[in-house]
Amino acid sequence: MARYFENTIVFNFSWDQVARGYWKRYPNPQSTHVLSEDTWSRYVKDGCLYTKRLLTKTNRVPKWGERFFNAKSVKIIEESVVDPEKKVLITYTRNLGYTKVMSVVERVEYRPSGASQTVATRSAWVDSQVFGFSRAIRAFGVDRFRKNASQMVNGFNYVLHNMFPRQVPQHTVTHTLKEMRDAAAAATDRAKANVLSSVNRT
Amino acid sequence: MNSIGEECTELKKKYDDCFNSWFSERFLKGDHDDSVCSSIFKVYQECVKNAMKQQNIDFKDIDKDVLGTDNEFKVPPSDNNS
Repeated sequence: MARYFENTIVFNFSWDQVARGYWKRYPNPQSTHVLSEDTWSRYVKDGCLYTKRLLTKTNRVPKWGERFFNAKSVKIIEESVVDPEKKVLITYTRNLGYTKVMSVVERVEYRPSGASQTVATRSAWVDSQVFGFSRAIRAFGVDRFRKNASQMVNGFNYVLHNMFPRQVPQHTVTHTLKEMRDAAAAATDRAKANVLSSVNRT
Repeated sequence: MNSIGEECTELKKKYDDCFNSWFSERFLKGDHDDSVCSSIFKVYQECVKNAMKQQNIDFKDIDKDVLGTDNEFKVPPSDNNS
């Protein structure tokens, strides 16, 4: 049974801005784990833009996970559809290969919220079929996903702020970023402890 | 951002520039004609496919569509969330 996880993110940019920024998300200071990004296919059908991209990312696993998942990088397929009329952007990503060890599927729906904000509803499914270790791997996957969530938001916001400079004082942004980094560091420590205790229980 | 094939990164940048201006200036404004970047896209794609062949990446799994099909994962009922 896959672990399900969801969250909602508000971007202080219009839907058009977020849609434009989406294609320029990488690189950003939070995306050092993203190694490459390529467009695999792209077409317009019934007024919607369909895109499939291939991303490669570094594979960050804890020591205990290396025996299952020792690849240096993972490949990720990102499908997306942009409906400019209804103002909806949906992205659907999955890892390519190693899906029995750990499969992570993420679906994000970006919709406008008023004229100047965009809400991203993010759903994720993490699964593993490794006998005896699936629970620990799923827990690790969910945790890594949660941590990546704040990195994703910070990175995307960084790109959006650069593309569409605005009235927000710089120090406020820096301050928030620092707070988020501290929170992320604290979460990492908690996560390490959790992973260890999951492994010990198994 | 780099391409998966080092030799394709220049082509990728050219294509991305073309796409991004088309997306902002035309597509979002209701013009759906996407022929503007098609020639640079072809050249770039060929480069990527060659690079992937050399890295023994299986195309079959990439070509499989999930979004918008029955294979797409569905959000569970809210009382089941973990």
